[in-house]
Amino acid sequence: MSEPEAATEAREIAAGARDRVRFEEEALALADQVYRVARRLVGSREEAEDLVQDTYARAFRSWRSYTPGTNLRAWLLRILTNLNIDRGRRIQRAPDTQPLEEGDYYLANKVAETQGEQALDQERVVERLSQDSIVDALSSLPHDFRDVVVLVDIGDFSYADAAQILDIPIGTVMSRLHRGRRQLKARLADEAA
Amino acid sequence: MSHEDCEKCEELLQGFLDRELTPAEVALAESHLDGCDYCRRRYKFEESLRRYVKLSAVERMPPGLLEKLGQLRGIEM
Repeated sequence: MSEPEAATEAREIAAGARDRVRFEEEALALADQVYRVARRLVGSREEAEDLVQDTYARAFRSWRSYTPGTNLRAWLLRILTNLNIDRGRRIQRAPDTQPLEEGDYYLANKVAETQGEQALDQERVVERLSQDSIVDALSSLPHDFRDVVVLVDIGDFSYADAAQILDIPIGTVMSRLHRGRRQLKARLADEAA
Repeated sequence: MSHEDCEKCEELLQGFLDRELTPAEVALAESHLDGCDYCRRRYKFEESLRRYVKLSAVERMPPGLLEKLGQLRGIEM
């Protein structure tokens, strides 16, 4: 190898190392947000920690397949949801053919029935629900529904991002999200009313 | 206020709060909400509920996890 070639190669190696360090730092800066989603996808804090560690191990190994400038948080969550599915926790199938039960106003209507229409104007009306019961209700959703509800409502992902992360059509995201939220509200209704 | 208008508004609720509606659908929902206390209260309730669900469900990363993740840096295929 000639000297100029060696110098070029050295520069490329240095540039690659810099890209890698930048990738790792950007990924680590998102760890808390990744953990928040992971925590609600699995049953325990320990499982969530394991899942996040496996996700980062895989992400750091395959950092070259990430396209700079695209949504890194979505890229990490895609790895995470795939690992979670690979772990075989997904035996249960969502009852997709089940008809939609109540409408979206269901829980509000229940509250209005028992506490009066004006109660809905009060910001605090929802705080009658215990935070534990909300967490329990979320974790009792069928996995397919829960994944979408957690990505959109806890992770703040768009429908399009959730579709890409879970590798399902956007229409499926919407129907699972709406069904999941309705089931969640149905589970909370007894306590709210 | 017709009952069908409220039903249509209920259908738009989720997409409205998710900011996933088309501008025409947003305009439709807003023009109905302007004149309908019933739907407006339910939109507001849903919005508060969502904020509260999120607040309740968010758990911070345990101390020490970030350091463990940092130790994974630099691993090769």
